[in-house]
Amino acid sequence: MTTLVADDRRTDRSAMPAPVEFQRVRVRLGGSAVLDGASLELRAGELLGIIGPNGAGKSTLVRAATGIVPLEEGEVLIEGRALRSYSSQALARRVAVVQQLPEAPPTMTVAELVTLGRTPHLGFLTRESSRDRAIVAEAMERAGCVALAERALGTLSGGQRRRAFVARALAQEPAILLLDEPTANLDPHAQAELCLLLRSLVHDGVAVLAVVHDLTLAAAYCDRLVLLDSGRVVASGRPAEVLTEPRLRDTYGVLVSVITHPDTGLPVVTPARGAITAQRAEDVDG
Amino acid sequence: MAELRARDQLRPALPAPASSVRRQFMALGAVPLSLGVLAIVCLLALTQGAAPIPVLSAVRIILASVPGLDSLVDASTEPEAWRRIVLDVRLPRVAAAAVIGATLSFTGAGYQGVFRNPLANEYLLGVASGAALGAALVIISPLGTGGYGFGPVPLAAFAGGGLTVTAVYVLSKSAGGGSATTLILAGVALSSLLSAITSFIMIGAGQRAQPIFAFLFGTLNISSWERLAWGAPYLVVGGAIVLAHGRVLNVLQLDEEQARQLGINVSRAKFTVLAASSLMAATAVAIAGVIGFVGLVVPHVVRLLWGSDYRRLLPLSAIVGAVFLVATDLVGRTIFAPQEVPVGIVTAIAGGPFFLYLLRNRRMAHI
Repeated sequence: MTTLVADDRRTDRSAMPAPVEFQRVRVRLGGSAVLDGASLELRAGELLGIIGPNGAGKSTLVRAATGIVPLEEGEVLIEGRALRSYSSQALARRVAVVQQLPEAPPTMTVAELVTLGRTPHLGFLTRESSRDRAIVAEAMERAGCVALAERALGTLSGGQRRRAFVARALAQEPAILLLDEPTANLDPHAQAELCLLLRSLVHDGVAVLAVVHDLTLAAAYCDRLVLLDSGRVVASGRPAEVLTEPRLRDTYGVLVSVITHPDTGLPVVTPARGAITAQRAEDVDG
Repeated sequence: MAELRARDQLRPALPAPASSVRRQFMALGAVPLSLGVLAIVCLLALTQGAAPIPVLSAVRIILASVPGLDSLVDASTEPEAWRRIVLDVRLPRVAAAAVIGATLSFTGAGYQGVFRNPLANEYLLGVASGAALGAALVIISPLGTGGYGFGPVPLAAFAGGGLTVTAVYVLSKSAGGGSATTLILAGVALSSLLSAITSFIMIGAGQRAQPIFAFLFGTLNISSWERLAWGAPYLVVGGAIVLAHGRVLNVLQLDEEQARQLGINVSRAKFTVLAASSLMAATAVAIAGVIGFVGLVVPHVVRLLWGSDYRRLLPLSAIVGAVFLVATDLVGRTIFAPQEVPVGIVTAIAGGPFFLYLLRNRRMAHI
């Protein structure tokens, strides 16, 4: 009897649904398919990097995962349940998003912004409790913006602003965190800081999906990479498996060298000067 | 407890930014302070005018008229004329000014919150032009201006304002999916059309256009208890609905995508606040005509003083709006006494330069 229960538990765990699963997702924006049958999953306990050239559909993938863009075909499953079956509040309790260029009033303070992250956990007329305030304080602490709490958003640098929005997402206490180019426009120190924060979140059991442009950075911090091109998944797997010279040449249209870092053994992608191979689909379209 | 203290000591004490200290101080005192100013302004408005009345007498007369207090306060020594002036002439007018000012500022703050646009106000969606046309049609019709208090004019204005907002909403929904920009464009377009029709009617009406002028400039001269009582249910219900959305309005200050990702049903929330605000604005216009600038200026002043948390901004806008309109109406009826300047003209004259001053202040650009 006891063994049976133990067995059941084991099967349950192995059958535990992926935090996010995209099943042949097709999204059409302005007439053209931005996602064209993309299938991939964000697994429990991993930091998944989404890479790919501009216009590959990376941002749309993030937006599709929260129901912001309608799916023409396919399905997005959040923890095994269809995205459609979630109320927006129930979804916001599981999934937090850090957009690439989120808007907010410049006079809003960091503390006010982060407090908004508690929204999905509050009833219509309830005010923030001391527990909510403690969670907000912890989120700011973790994202490194305690000292900025009373600063207005309009007075922050790009890196500080990014930290504030990450803190807001953390205040949602999400099981799944989606970030659209979180390291863009950050200096190397701030990039490393943010990546380490994401790693510590993964360590705490949050499933993290991040769109990343810097391939070397993606290889250094992500457990797996998914390479998108023209709305389709071209490759997925461990960074060393995905980042191969011929594949990068074909998707990005540029000659690069992929070398192995002498200390970490991780792939490092370096450009070769003046090595554009062909016009890319995006340039032709434009 | 000891642990907590130890942790606090470990952490380097951050000097609290001056702005935060000031903000907290201001937030603590905001409601009592503004209510105090409102009381003073109301007292001034009750005692000043063609016949000045001593403040103490006015207070005694008002207290004595309150059921239950009449046994405690003796106002029998006050002249009957003073009693009449305070209770029958000035008090309804001051009450109307306070209620209308509060409503216009409150709905202005609500509209600005929904549209994330500092220029949004109650007239943007055609409330004023629709109400004006409704009033104009009734005034030139055989019904005329009707009864002093509860006549057909406010009803027609209310219907005109409400119908116009609904039309704007439906039009923008069918034309451009109901985005904020489409809504504003539809409102501006329909407003222009309706204003043109109103002007056309006024040209044809000749002498009978006089009451339409009064309506267009806004006046508290014709306000009465009956009208206020008639409007009260709409104002209370609409106000409660908007107030309940204070936190949601805070979230809506982020872009729509973020609001949705924080679990807000954005289109439903926007529609609800817009509908409730429009109901209130139409009621205010029906009672006192078109009074501009209050809904635009007051919420900005409140933001500058006390920050932009809508849970504070909405009630404080109402109080400060009441102060503003009671004060401007007092100026309007005393400055060229006995000639009275319509309150709408005074608000624009007082509000315009003040608004420009705020615009010069760089902080304004951040709102």
